[in-house]
Amino acid sequence: MAAHLKKRVYEEFTKVVQQQEEITTKKLRLTKPSKSAALHIDLCKATSPADALQYLLQFARKPVEAESVEGVVRILLEHYYKENDPSVRLKIASLLGLLSKTAGFSPDCIMDDAINILQNEKSHQVLAQLLDTLLAIGSKLPENQAIQLRLVDVACKHLTDTSHGVRNKCLQLLGNLGSLEKSVTKDAEGLTARDVQKIIGDYFSDQDPRVRTAAIKAMLQLHERGLKLHQTIYNQACKLLSDDYEQVRSAAVQLIWVVSQLYPESIVPIPSSNEEIRLVDDAFGKICHMVSDGSWVVRVQAAKLLGSMEQVSSHFLEQTLDKKLMSDLRRKRTAHERAKELYSSGEFSSGRKWGDDAPKEEIDTGAVNLIESGACGAFVHGLEDEMYEVRIAAVEALCMLAQSSPSFAEKCLDFLVDMFNDEIEEVRLQSIHTMRKISNNITLREDQLDTVLAVLEDSSRDIREALHELLCCTNVSTKEGIHLALVELLKNLAKYPTDRDSIWKCLKFLGSRHPTLVLPLVPELLSTHPFFDTAEPDMDDPAYIAVLVLIFNAAKTCPTMPALFSDHTFRHYAYLRDSLSHLVPALRLPGRKLVSSTVSSNIAPHEDPSQQFLQQSLDRVYSLQHLDPQGAQELLELTIRDLQRLGELQSELAGVADFSATYLQCQLLLIKALQEKLWNVAAPLYLKQSDLASAAAKQIMEETYKMEFMYSGVENKQVVIIHHMRLQAKALQLIVTARTTRGVDPLFGMCEKFLQEVDFFQRCFIADLSHLQDSFVDKLLDLMPRLMASKPAEVVKILQTMLRQSTFLHLPLPEQIHKASATIIEPAGESDNPLRFTSGLVVALDVDATLEHVQDPQSTVKVQVLYPDGQAQMIHPKPADFRNPGPGRHRLITQVYLSHTAWTEPCQVEVRLLLAYNSNARIPKFPWIEGGEVSPQVETSIEGTIPFSKPVKVYIMPKPARR
Amino acid sequence: MPEIRVTPLGAGQDVGRSCILVSIAGKNVMLDCGMHMGYNDDRRFPDFSYITQSGRLTDFLDCVIISHFHLDHCGALPYFSEMVGYDGPIYMTHPTQAICPILLEDYRKIAVDKKGEANFFTSQMIKDCMKKVVAVHLHQTVQVDDELEIKAYYAGHVLGAAMFQIKVGSESVVYTGDYNMTPDRHLGAAWIDKCRPNLLITESTYATTIRDSKRCRERDFLKKVHETVERGGKVLIPVFALGRAQELCILLETFWERMNLKVPIYFSTGLTEKANHYYKLFITWTNQKIRKTFVQRNMFEFKHIKAFDRAFADNPGPMVVFATPGMLHAGQSLQIFRKWAGNEKNMVIMPGYCVQGTVGHKILSGQRKLEMEGRQVLEVKMQVEYMSFSAHADAKGIMQLVGQAEPESVLLVHGEAKKMEFLRQKIEQEFRVSCYMPANGETVTLPTSPSIPVGISLGLLKREMAQGLLPEAKKPRLLHGTLIMKDSSFRLVSSEQALKELGLTEHQLRFTCRVHLQDTRKEQETALRVYSHLKNTLKDHCVQHLPDGSVTVESILIQAAAHSEDPGTKVLLVSWTYQDEELGSFLTALLKNGLPQAPS
Repeated sequence: MAAHLKKRVYEEFTKVVQQQEEITTKKLRLTKPSKSAALHIDLCKATSPADALQYLLQFARKPVEAESVEGVVRILLEHYYKENDPSVRLKIASLLGLLSKTAGFSPDCIMDDAINILQNEKSHQVLAQLLDTLLAIGSKLPENQAIQLRLVDVACKHLTDTSHGVRNKCLQLLGNLGSLEKSVTKDAEGLTARDVQKIIGDYFSDQDPRVRTAAIKAMLQLHERGLKLHQTIYNQACKLLSDDYEQVRSAAVQLIWVVSQLYPESIVPIPSSNEEIRLVDDAFGKICHMVSDGSWVVRVQAAKLLGSMEQVSSHFLEQTLDKKLMSDLRRKRTAHERAKELYSSGEFSSGRKWGDDAPKEEIDTGAVNLIESGACGAFVHGLEDEMYEVRIAAVEALCMLAQSSPSFAEKCLDFLVDMFNDEIEEVRLQSIHTMRKISNNITLREDQLDTVLAVLEDSSRDIREALHELLCCTNVSTKEGIHLALVELLKNLAKYPTDRDSIWKCLKFLGSRHPTLVLPLVPELLSTHPFFDTAEPDMDDPAYIAVLVLIFNAAKTCPTMPALFSDHTFRHYAYLRDSLSHLVPALRLPGRKLVSSTVSSNIAPHEDPSQQFLQQSLDRVYSLQHLDPQGAQELLELTIRDLQRLGELQSELAGVADFSATYLQCQLLLIKALQEKLWNVAAPLYLKQSDLASAAAKQIMEETYKMEFMYSGVENKQVVIIHHMRLQAKALQLIVTARTTRGVDPLFGMCEKFLQEVDFFQRCFIADLSHLQDSFVDKLLDLMPRLMASKPAEVVKILQTMLRQSTFLHLPLPEQIHKASATIIEPAGESDNPLRFTSGLVVALDVDATLEHVQDPQSTVKVQVLYPDGQAQMIHPKPADFRNPGPGRHRLITQVYLSHTAWTEPCQVEVRLLLAYNSNARIPKFPWIEGGEVSPQVETSIEGTIPFSKPVKVYIMPKPARR
Repeated sequence: MPEIRVTPLGAGQDVGRSCILVSIAGKNVMLDCGMHMGYNDDRRFPDFSYITQSGRLTDFLDCVIISHFHLDHCGALPYFSEMVGYDGPIYMTHPTQAICPILLEDYRKIAVDKKGEANFFTSQMIKDCMKKVVAVHLHQTVQVDDELEIKAYYAGHVLGAAMFQIKVGSESVVYTGDYNMTPDRHLGAAWIDKCRPNLLITESTYATTIRDSKRCRERDFLKKVHETVERGGKVLIPVFALGRAQELCILLETFWERMNLKVPIYFSTGLTEKANHYYKLFITWTNQKIRKTFVQRNMFEFKHIKAFDRAFADNPGPMVVFATPGMLHAGQSLQIFRKWAGNEKNMVIMPGYCVQGTVGHKILSGQRKLEMEGRQVLEVKMQVEYMSFSAHADAKGIMQLVGQAEPESVLLVHGEAKKMEFLRQKIEQEFRVSCYMPANGETVTLPTSPSIPVGISLGLLKREMAQGLLPEAKKPRLLHGTLIMKDSSFRLVSSEQALKELGLTEHQLRFTCRVHLQDTRKEQETALRVYSHLKNTLKDHCVQHLPDGSVTVESILIQAAAHSEDPGTKVLLVSWTYQDEELGSFLTALLKNGLPQAPS
C-alpha cells in the first residue's frame, strides 16, 4: 500500500497537490533510521539487476534493529514493484521473510503488501519465496485468527499452480497455519475456514512426488500442532506406501504410524476377505512390510517406528519373529528351534551332523504364502539387513517392544543373541545394551548363555564391559550356566587382566542373584575334598578372588553355604571383607561372633547410628565458642579424626563426613594461627616464626577451594560459609604480611584489594548475610566505612582484633553431598620395566581411570604429568575419551603423550588427575558486575586445579637417539 | 503385434550352461554363455547351431551379456566367440572381466592338460575373446546401438555379479543372473529399482526353500572352528577358489581379530591368491562394512591368513587351512585330509554341497572308512561338519525381487522343473502376473503393447489443462486434437494448426435430427417450453431464446416447426456441429424423452 501511495505522490508533485495528508504520512515513514535510507540509496544507484542483487546480499549480512525493520521493508517493497528481474525480486522476497522474523517486530503491517504482490507475481520461484515469507509472517502471529484464515485462503488459491515449488510452499503453509475449528471465527471478513485436511489430502495424489511428500509432511505438521487427523486419511496413506519415490514412502510410513496411534482400536476391513482387524494391527502389518522395502531410508524409518507401536496385539507382534522355513517344499525347523529342542531333551548342543537339519514334514503347497502381507518375519529381515543403520533401528525397536511385552522378550532373545556376532561393533554393542534393558523379563537358556559368553573374548573393551553389565542383571536358569559363566569370565580375566574390577563386580551380582545355583558348585569351585586337605590357593590371584567374590555374595542369602568352607576360606574372607569391602558383603559365619551382625539386627529399626554419631560430634563442636581455646583445639582435633575415620568406614556418609572434617580443619588452622605467640612479639623479632601463620592461611585457602569445587551437591548456604572462611584466611594473610613486611607501599595495594573483596562478598551474598550474625564479615561490614577511610596499618589492627573476636560459624549440612574422586586403574605403577623411547620423540601412555561424582568431566578433568625435573605438563583429554557407564560414574580412557630429552637412567614420572575449577561457574552473575563497576583486579573468577586422584608413578627412560 | 521372444539354449528347467536368447523389438540379445558341469561331451556347451542355421552369429546377435564369472555362466564364451565365431560386443562388469579369464584358463588347463581333450579352446582364444568385452559400471546405461540399451544392477552372489536390464524403446527385459537377497560377510544384497519391465527372467535355484537366518550358520561355523583350535586340533576347510572362500576368509579373519586369536590360518596358494588380489581392487562391489572400513584397512589384506605351504601340514599345534578343491575329490585338500583324518581332535568343515562319488560326499553321509587308491583303507576319526553357505536367493528372496521390480510377466530359469512349478504357481497367485518356465530350446512368445510417444504442442496442452478442474495424477484424460503422423514421428496438434500445416480447408460437419413432440400448442409456445425446460436442466450451459423463435444451447440450434400432416405433433429440428457431438446427442436424447407437463 505504502509504495502505491508513494508512487502516486511522486506523480502528483508535478501536478496538483491534492492530498496533503498523504504526503505527511509518507514523510513520517521516510524519516525512519538511516539504515533504510542507505539501502534506498544503494538500490537506486544500482544500474543492473546484478548490482542490485549485490547490494541486497551485502545488506542481508548485517542485522537490522527491530525499530528500523518497517522502514526497510517499505523500501524493499517499493523496489520490488519496480524490479523486472526475477532473481532480485526473489532476494527481496526472501529478505522480507527474514526481516519479519526479527524479534520485536510485528509483521502484520506488511502482510497486505505481501499478499498484494503475490497476486501480480508471474515467476514461480518468486511466488514460492513469497509464500515462504507469508509462512514466516503467519508463524510470527499465531494468535491472529483472521490473518491465518486469510493466508490459508491465499495458499488454497495457489495450490493449482503448475510449479511444484509453489504447490510445496502452499502445502507447507496449510500445514503450519491451517486449522480445523470452523466455529471460532466463522467468517471474519467473509473468509470461511476450509477443511484443510481435505484440501491437503487431495494432493496425496499429485503428479509430482515432491508435492506428494509435502502434502504428507503438511499433514504430519497438522498433527504436530495438535489437530486431530481424520481416520479417513489412513486409507489414502496406505496407498502411498507403494509409491515409486522413497521420500513419499518414508513420509507415508510416518503418517500411518501417526494415525495408528490416534485410532488404535478402530476396526478396518482386510481387503479380499470379510474379516476385520484393529487399525493398529493393520498399520503394524503394513509398516512391517516396509521393513523389506527397496530403499534403506524407508527401511530405517519403518524399523524405528515399529518400536513405538506398543498397542499392537501380541499375536501380530510374535509373527514378526516368525519365518517358516522350508527346504524342497518340506517344513524345516529353524536353528533356534533345534537348539531349544536339544536343550530340552537334556543334551548338550553337540554340533550339527550331516542331515541334522534335514527337512521333516511335507508342506501343502497351497498353504505356503511367500509374501505375507502381515508382520511375518519383519524383524528377521530387519536384523539381517545389509545396512547397519537398519539393523540398529531394528534392535532398538525390538528393545522397546520387548520392554512392554515379557512374552515377546522371551521370544526375541534368540535373535538378540545372534546379533552379538554382527560384523559392526556398534550393532553388537547396541544389542548387548538392549538385552540388558530387557533382562528382568528373561531367563537365559544354557545354549544362549553359551553364545553370549563367547563374546567375552572380544578384543573391544566396550563390548566386554557392556557384557559384564549385562551379566550383572541376567537370570541364569541352571547351575551349569553359572559354572559356564564363571569359567568364561575367568578366561576373560586371564586374557585381559585389565578387566579385573569389572569382572569382580559382575561376579558379585551374579552370586547374589543366584545363591541356590551357586550352592552345589561350592566344593568344586573351592576345590575342597571330603578327606584330603587341598593346598591353600594364592590369595593374590585375581581369579581366586573372583571365585570368592561369587561365593561370598551367594552365601549372603544362603546360610548353609559357609558350612562348606574350609579354614583358609574363612581367613580369606576376613581379609577380603577388609580389603575389598565393596565387593564382599558381611556374612554371618558360624562359630565366629561377628559383632556387627548381632548388633545391627537390634538397632536396625532405630536411626542409623553412624548418622547419629556424625550429628552428635558436629553438635559438640558447634557449641565451641564457650570453651577455652586449648580445649577447643583438642576437641576439634578429636572430632576431625573421628569424622575422617567415619568417612572411611561408611561409604554413604563419606561425603558429609569429609566435607565437615575439612571445614573443621580450616577452623582449627585458623585458631592455631591466631594462638601463635607471634602476635604478642614486636614485629621485627618473629620473621622466621611467621611461617606457620602464613602457611595456615595458604592451606585454608586451598581447603576452601576443595570444599567449593570437589563436592557435588553443595548448596548456596554452604558456599557462603566457605567464602566466609576464605575471607578470614585472606584477612589472616593480610595481617601476617603487614607484620612481616616493611614499608607501607605493598600493603596499601593489598588492603585495597581486600576491601574490594569484602565488597564483592557483600554483593554476592547479600541475601544470606542475615545468617551470618556476629560473624567476622558481619562485624567487618559494620566497620566498613571506617576501614575505607583509614590507613593500612590501622586496617590491619582492626582486622586482627576482629579475627580474634569472630565466632565459629555453624556449617549446615547439605542433603546430598559426594566428594569427587578418581582412581587411576592404568598405569598401575608397579612395573619395574621402564618405558623406553627415543628422546625427542613421543611415547603414548594409556591412562584408564574411573571418576566418581564429577560433574561435567569433559571440561573439568585434566591429566597432569610431573617430570622429575619439576616440569609439569597438563593434558586435556578429548570429550570422546569419557564414557558414562552409570549415574555419577565416568570412565576416562585416554592416551597421554610423554616426551623428554635424554636421561642417563630411568626415572619415574608422576601421573595424576586434576579437577579444574572456575569460580565463575558457581557464583551467580549480576548484571552490574558485567557493567564494569567492579574493577578487573578483583578475583571474580578464580581458576585453578585440585589434584583429586592418587598420583601414579610411571617408570620411563628416554634414550638418546642413535646416530 | 510386437512381441518379446525368449528361448533358453541352456538353464531352461535345468541348472548349468546358462544361455538365453531374447528377441525384443527386433533386437537379439544373448544372456550368458555358460558350460555344464555334468557333461564332458558336446552337451557341455549350449547348442549354438540353433542360431547358426540362419546365418552367422554376428549377424544375428546384437550383443552378448555375461552376468558373472561362474563357469556355468561364462564357460562357453571362448568357444562361442572364437570357435563358432562371434565378433559383436560382449558386455560384463569390470570385476567379471578381470576374473573371468583366470577361471577360463583354469578350466582349459584341467580339460586339456589333465583330461587330454583335443579340439578345445586355447589360451590365445581366451585372450582374443576377452578383447571383445566391453566393461560396464553399475547403473550405467550403455547404448549398444541407437535403440538397444542395457543397464547393470547389483546382484550380490559373487564379486561383480550383476543383473541386467535390456531396453528397446519402452519395452524392457530384466535378466537377474544369479543373485542373493541377503547380504553376507563380503557382499551386499541384490537391489533393483521399480523399473517395471515387460519380462523378468529370474533364476530359481532355491525355488522351494526358505532359509534360516545367516547368523546362526555363521555363529555355528565360528564356534566350531574356535573350539577345535582351542583344543589344539587342526581344521580343514575345503573350498573352491572363488566366492565362498573369500566370504569364509573374511568371516574367520574378523573373528580372529575380534577374539585376539593367534592360531595361524593358511590359504592354499595359486588361483586364490590371484583372485584375492581382485577382491582387494574392487572394494566398491563389496558390502557396507568393507566399503566403509577400507580406508583404515582393506579387509582383503588379511592379517591372520597366510599362504600355505605343503610342509605346513605336518606342523604341530592348531591351525586352520583353506584348501582347494571343495569336494575333496583331488588336489591339495585331499592330501591334507589324508594326513589329518586319523586324529579325532581335528575337524573338516564342508562349506558346500558335494557331488555323489566324491570323498566329500562319502564322509558327509557318515562313512568312516574310506577306500583310497591302492587298496588302502583310510579310517576317518576327525570330526566332519557340514555348513551350508549358499549365495542364491531363496523363495522369499525371489518373491521380494519380483515385488521390487514389478514386472508384467516372469520367466524362470536356472532351476529344477519340479521346484519351478511351485514357484510359478506362487508368483501367478500372489502377483497376478503370468509366469513361464520354458525348457531348453522351447520358445516363449510374449505379446507386448509398447507405448508410442507422441509429441504435443505446449499451447494445446495448456489449453486442455486449463479445462480440467483438479489435477488428477495417473488418470487418463480426454484431449481433443489432431494426430499428425509424419516420417515415423507422431505429433498431437490443435485442429486449426493441423489444417494450416496440411493446407486443408475446414469442412463444417453438422448433424441434424428431428424430434417429434406431442404438443398441440403453437410453434412459438413449444419453443418457449423447450427453452424453459432446457434452461432448467442444463444449468451450466448458455441457453438462449432467439427472437426468431429458435433456441440455442451453446452452438446447437433447436427450431420448432409444425408437423406437415399432424398438427398435434410438433417437429423439433436439432442441429449441431461435429465438435459438439457430445452435447448434441445428449440434447436429442433429452428431448426425445418429451417435455415435462407444463402447468397449464
